[in-house]
Amino acid sequence: MSWIDIGALDDIPVAGARLVKTHHGCVAVFRTAEDEVFATSDACPHRGGPLSEGIVHGRKVTCPLHNWVLSLETGEAQGADEGRIATYPARIEGGRVLLDVASLCRRDAA
Amino acid sequence: MTKRLVVIGAGMASGRSLEHLFEMGGDWDVTLFGAEPRGNYNRIMLSPVLSGEKTYAEIVTHDDAWYAERRVTCRFGETVTRIDRSRKVVVSAGGETPYDKLLIATGSAPFIIPVEGRDLPGVISYRDLDDTYAMIDAAKNPAKAVVIGGGLLGLEAAAGLKARGMDVTVLHLMGHLMERQLDEAAGYLLRKELTERGIDVICRASTAALLGEERVEGVLLEDNTGLEADLVVMAVGIRPETRIATDAGLDVGRGITVDGRMVTSDPDILAVGECVELDGQLFGLVAPLYEQAKVVAATLCGEEAAFVPRQTSTKLKVTGVDLFSAGDFAEGEGREDIVFRDPARGVYKRLVLEKDRLIGAVMYGDTADGNWFFGLIRDGTDVSEMRDTLIFGPAYQGAAPADPMAAVAALPPEAEICGCNGVCKGRIVEAIEGGAATLEDIRARTKASSSCGTCSGLVEQVLAATLGDDFVMPAAKPMCGCTDLTHEDVRRLIKARELRSMPAVWQELGWQTPNGCHSCRPALNFYLLADWPLDYVDDPQSRFVNERNHANIQKDGTYSVMPRIWGGVTTPAELRAIADAAEKYDVPMVKVTGGQRIDLLGVPKEVLPRMWADLNAAGMVSGHAYTKGLRTVKTCVGTDFCRFGTQDSTGLGIRLERRLWGSWTPHKVKMGVSGCPRNCAEATCKDVGIVCVDSGFEIGVGGAAGMDVKAVEPLAKVATEDEVVEVVVAFVQLYRENGKYLDRPYKWIAKVGMDWIKARVVDDLAERQALVERFDVSQSVYQKDPWAERATPEVQRAWSPLADLTMEAAE
Ligand code: SRM
Ligand SMILES: Cc1cc2nc3c(=O)[nH]c(=O)nc-3n(C[C@H](O)[C@H](O)[C@H](O)COP(=O)(O)OP(=O)(O)OC[C@H]3O[C@@H](n4cnc5c(N)ncnc54)[C@H](O)[C@@H]3O)c2cc1C
Ligand code: SF4
Ligand code: FES
Repeated sequence: MSWIDIGALDDIPVAGARLVKTHHGCVAVFRTAEDEVFATSDACPHRGGPLSEGIVHGRKVTCPLHNWVLSLETGEAQGADEGRIATYPARIEGGRVLLDVASLCRRDAA
Repeated sequence: MTKRLVVIGAGMASGRSLEHLFEMGGDWDVTLFGAEPRGNYNRIMLSPVLSGEKTYAEIVTHDDAWYAERRVTCRFGETVTRIDRSRKVVVSAGGETPYDKLLIATGSAPFIIPVEGRDLPGVISYRDLDDTYAMIDAAKNPAKAVVIGGGLLGLEAAAGLKARGMDVTVLHLMGHLMERQLDEAAGYLLRKELTERGIDVICRASTAALLGEERVEGVLLEDNTGLEADLVVMAVGIRPETRIATDAGLDVGRGITVDGRMVTSDPDILAVGECVELDGQLFGLVAPLYEQAKVVAATLCGEEAAFVPRQTSTKLKVTGVDLFSAGDFAEGEGREDIVFRDPARGVYKRLVLEKDRLIGAVMYGDTADGNWFFGLIRDGTDVSEMRDTLIFGPAYQGAAPADPMAAVAALPPEAEICGCNGVCKGRIVEAIEGGAATLEDIRARTKASSSCGTCSGLVEQVLAATLGDDFVMPAAKPMCGCTDLTHEDVRRLIKARELRSMPAVWQELGWQTPNGCHSCRPALNFYLLADWPLDYVDDPQSRFVNERNHANIQKDGTYSVMPRIWGGVTTPAELRAIADAAEKYDVPMVKVTGGQRIDLLGVPKEVLPRMWADLNAAGMVSGHAYTKGLRTVKTCVGTDFCRFGTQDSTGLGIRLERRLWGSWTPHKVKMGVSGCPRNCAEATCKDVGIVCVDSGFEIGVGGAAGMDVKAVEPLAKVATEDEVVEVVVAFVQLYRENGKYLDRPYKWIAKVGMDWIKARVVDDLAERQALVERFDVSQSVYQKDPWAERATPEVQRAWSPLADLTMEAAE
C-alpha cells in the first residue's frame, strides 16, 4: 500500500463528502457522523450521478439524482437496485485523511 | 313544567349524565357547578397532555357552545360548600341556588399520605388539568422528579415527566408495580421496560418524610435512603369526595350510598360517578360511570332503570407499553393457570380459569386479544371446548381464520367494541347502516372510541368489515423506515415536546437508525427550522444537493444559475450583467424560463461562487429556483400599461416577492398576480394567486399546474394591497407551521380544509397578526441572500475538489 495525504478531516463536513480528482476518475471521500472515512468511486452505477453530493446516513449514501442508496463499506447498491461502486482503502491519521494510491490505480479495486 | 336541576361537579360522570338527559328530552333548567375553572374535559386523556401527545383543546368534551345550546347555567370555578336539604338550596360563594332535583358528581380527591412536608410547594397530586400544567411547568427546568405510587396514575405521570426530559424515580410500596391489575410476572416485565426507558423504579419503598425548606428538595424513605427531588408527585390512590354529602346528613359509607336507580337516602338527591358507593362497591374507571350516567338520566325522567356493576378491564396509557388486565387473577384453590411466554418478543399472557370459565386475564407485550378474553370473562362463557388453544386467542378457535378482519366480521352483534362507553358491535353497525362512514361519524353517533381511544383500530375494522370496499382504511403511513410515526405525529411531537435538534428527535421519538436517512432528514430539518427559527441551526448535510449547493444540479453533474427577477421585471443593466456572466464563464445555454426569468444552465460547481459574486455586484440575488421555498411571483403589466388593468399587479407582485423571498416552506410556493380577470399571469393555477378587480383583490390558494392541474379556491376578497400582503403572509406561515414536508399547498388544504384555514387567516384577526409576527421572526434569520454569503474564498475552496491528484506525479 502507498498512502497519500489528501487533506484534513475537518475539510470534509460531518455526514458529508468531498471530491478527489485522479487520473482514473473522480473519487468521493466520505466522513460519517461517527467520524469514519470511506473512499469510493464518485459515479453512481445508475446514471453516473455524483455521489459526493448525496446525503450521508449511517454508512450509506443516497445518490442525489434518483435516490439509489449505496453502501460505503461494500459499494453495493441497497434494496431492490443492483449495482456496485468501487471502494478504496482510506484512513485517518492525526486529523489527516489518507488514501491508498496503489489501489486507486487498479480499476477493479476492492 | 320546567324543573330545576342543580349539578355539583362538572366532571366525566355528570357530563355524560347531562348528555343523556338532554337526549331524552324534557324541560330542564340546569345549573352546573364545577370547582375547576373550566367545563368538562376527558380527564383520562390528561396523561397524553402531560407527555405532550395531545393538547388541552383536543380533550375538551363539552365546549361553551354545547352548554349555551342547552341553556345550561355554568358556574365554573365555584365550589358548592353546603346543601340545605330542608330548603332545597345549595350554597356557594355566589349565594344560594334552589333545586327541584340535585345531582352530586363530585368525583374523588387524591389521597395524600400524612407525612411531614406534604404541604411544601413542589408536591403535587395528579387529578386535574391544573396538576398537569404544574407538572409540565416543573419539567421546563429538567430536574429530578419522584413519583410516589406505582399504579396506573403514577406510572402515567412518570412516563409523561420522562418524556418531558425529567429524571424520574418511581417509589412503590408493594413488591411489584400495579399489583392490583398485574401479577408479579407482568409487573416484572413492566418494570424492566420502564427501567430501560430510564425511569428508576424502587419497590417496597415506604415514604417517611418529604424534605425541604422553601420548597421540596428530597424524599426520605423508612430505611433512611434519601432521594433528591425538585418535584414530588403523589399518586397513591383516591378517595370518594363525600364531604358535602356527609355534612348534609346523607347516608355515606366509603362513598355516598345510592340504590340501583342512583338515588341517595334523600329521594330528591341523586349521585353519580366516583363519589358513590353501591352495595359496598366503589367505582374508579369511566366504563361503570357511563353506565350510571344512563341510569341517572332515566331516573330523572321518571323511567325505570337500574345500574348493575359489571366487570372492568384496565389498560395503561403509556405509548409503547402494551398491557391489559381484567377480572380476578389471584391464585386459589380450584383455579388453574394457562401461561404463555415469549421472552424474545417480551410477550407474557396468563389466563385464570375456574370451573371451565375464564375469570381473569393478564397480558403484556401483545394485548390484541384483550377484548375477546374480556368478553369471555364477562359473559361467563364455558371455555372447556377451546381450552387447549384458548391462550392463542380467537384466531385459533374453530374455523375462524387468523385474519383480524375476518375475526371482527365474525364477532356477534353483542360483542363489546368500546369498553369505556359500553358500545357493542351491533350499535356501530347500525350507525354505519344509518350513514356513518368514518371514525369521526361513529364517534359522533355512538361515542365508541371517544374516551381513551384504544379501540379506534377495532372500530375501523368494523367499518371496513361492514362497508367492504367503500371504506378505505386510513393508512397511517410512517415517515420512512427509520420510525413508525407519521409526518403529522412527528410535527406535533416536535412542537409539543419542544424538540429543538435532530438528535433530540431521534432520541426522544425512538428513531431506529443512528442518524436518519435521505427521506426523513430533509423533512426534520425543515420542521425544526420552521418551528424554532431562533434556536435550531440549519443543517446543510440534511438537505438535498440543490439546497445545499444553492443551485439546481443537472443530469451531468453541472448546475444552473438563476437570479431573482422580481415580479418578472428587469432592466438593461441586469440583462447586461447576465449576458456578461454567460460569456465570461462559457455558459452552454441561456434560457427564458416558464417563470418569467432567465436561467444559465450547465455551470460546473467550482465556478458557481465566482459567478454569484459577479451577479451580486450587479445587484442581483439568488432566485431560489432550487428550493422548497418561495419561487417566482409571476405578474402581468397591469395598470402601468395595459388598457384593462384594474390595479398595480406588477407592483403588488414585486412587493409580495420582496416580503416572502428566502422563506423555507414544506414544498415550493409559486405566486401570481394578474391585473384583471383575463388573468395573463396565470394566477389562478398558482399556490397563491391574486386577481385584481375594480373593487379590490381576490385571493385564491391551492392552485397547481404541475403533475396535477387545479384552479385556486377562493380564500378572501380584500380592498387594499396591505391586506393582501397580510393575508398571504399569514397563509404561508400557517402552511409552514402545519404542512407535511413535500405537500404542495393544494394537498395540505385538502387535508385540513379551507374552513380551518379561513378561520385562522381571514376571520380571526389576532391569529392572523400572530402568524405574520412569527413569519417575520423567521425572516429575520432566513431572509439572506445565499449567494452573497457564499461568494467567499472559503466557500470557493469548499466548492472545489479536496485534492487533485492528476496534478501530482502520482504512483
Ligand atoms: C427552469 C424551469 C423550466 C424552464 O426552462 O422554463 C423548470 C425546471 C425544473 N423544474 Fe419546473 N421548471 C420551471 C417552471 C415550472 C412550472 C411553470 C411555472 O412555475 O410557472 C411548473 C408548473 C407550475 C407548478 O409548479 O405548479 C413546474 C413544475 C415542476 C414540477 C411539478 C411540481 C408539482 O408539484 O407537480 C417539478 C417537480 C418537483 O418540484 O417535485 C419541477 C422541477 C423542476 C426541476 C427543478 C427538476 C429537478 O428537480 O431538477 C427542473 C430543473 C431543471 C434544471 O436543470 O435547472 N417543476 N416547473 C422553470 C423555472 C421557473 C423559474 O423561473 O423558476
Ligand atoms: C390522570 C388520570 C388518568 C385516568 N385514566 C383513566 C383510564 O385510562 N381509564 C379509565 O376508565 N379511567 C381513568 N381515570 C379515572 C377517570 O378519570 C375517573 O374515573 C372519572 O373522571 C371520574 O368521573 P367523576 O365525574 O366521578 O369525577 P371527576 O371527573 O373527577 O369530576 C368531579 C368534578 O367535581 C368537582 N367538584 C368536586 N367537589 C366539588 C364541589 N363541592 N363543588 C363543585 N365542584 C366540585 C371536581 O373539581 C371535578 O372537576 C383517570 C384519571 C386520571 C386523573
Ligand atoms: S418538464 Fe421540468 S422537470 Fe421535466 S424535463 Fe422539463 S424542465 Fe425537467
Ligand atoms: S444516477 Fe444515481 S440514482 Fe440515478
